[in-house]
Amino acid sequence: MSDMDMNRRNFLKTSVGAAAVAIAPGMMLYSVAQGKSEGASSKVRWGMLIDTNQCKPGCNDCVTACNNENGLSGENNATNSQWIRKIEIKDISSGRELSLPMMCQHCEHPPCVDVCPTNASMKRADGIVLVDKHLCIGCRYCMMACPYKARSFVHEPLHDQNPDVPRGRGTVESCTLCVHRIDVGGKPACSEACPNKAIIFGDLNDANSEIAQKVHSVASVQIRADLRLNPGVRYQGL
Amino acid sequence: MRLLVSLLLTLCVSLAWASEATTPKLDIGKGGQCVEDTQWMRKNHMHLLKHARDDALRRGIRDEKRSLKVCIECHASTQDNSVIAREDSFCVGCHKFEAVKLDCFECHSGTRKSAWLQQRKAK
Repeated sequence: MSDMDMNRRNFLKTSVGAAAVAIAPGMMLYSVAQGKSEGASSKVRWGMLIDTNQCKPGCNDCVTACNNENGLSGENNATNSQWIRKIEIKDISSGRELSLPMMCQHCEHPPCVDVCPTNASMKRADGIVLVDKHLCIGCRYCMMACPYKARSFVHEPLHDQNPDVPRGRGTVESCTLCVHRIDVGGKPACSEACPNKAIIFGDLNDANSEIAQKVHSVASVQIRADLRLNPGVRYQGL
Repeated sequence: MRLLVSLLLTLCVSLAWASEATTPKLDIGKGGQCVEDTQWMRKNHMHLLKHARDDALRRGIRDEKRSLKVCIECHASTQDNSVIAREDSFCVGCHKFEAVKLDCFECHSGTRKSAWLQQRKAK
């Protein structure tokens, strides 16, 4: 009887310990997502899963939302910045048409970071690729290196920027994954604006997140996967 | 006695004139102290901002107290919500006086965020 009691006690002890371990990672992730004092954590890998079947041809809501959020003009001249573009593609042999948004793919091994001579082009610990405009000299090597044509150069002086999104002449810029929103627990403007919920945003490393579960269960591809850059943006139904 | 009074008066006037000449008159907005005392901030604010900018951008550590946005929130003029709009605005006034180039606001907004958001809503 006394042996059994001991076993029971030990069992309870270990199960309480196991529960604490099981809860702890969840709590960690929450505090990291708020990102105040700890900053960006390498335990997190932010990414997006874009369902091309849900993406409507002609719909431009994600692009408009991005332009509004980040203060882009939305014009299509050669010198206007574009952080996200809608692309219509057609398979000639089958005639199947597709529409999808393209933006910075937030690679794990970003070529833009490799080529930057001033260390301005950088990847945050949580996988977001950014330009440190304090260091950027506007050489545009990163624009040439990017296989996704994701970056733009600011040619004209800008005024009345969003206080959350500093942008200025003479520097290169691209999709920031709305880092100013992510750091306060939000999600990117494009993902929020999509009427069909075609853009899922989340932490690829968190097995319980919607995006990780979907990536695990449905077929998705990375664009130009042959370059082995491991982009954080994945496409479904391509 | 009259001589003494007039001497004192001239001294006072000249002192007041001198102090006026050596400090620019600024529109300090709401003002108030939240980080360090005024004299310390006059001397060291650029180091705080530079440290905070690297932490915020490269490491994602956003210290509200030391962010440029929060500085602007209090120090922007109560008339035009800006730290750069006029000759006597909080940032411009001093930088002009000291002849130090101010290039933060080529990229950063000099407008109080709450006011900017209201403007955007109105549009």
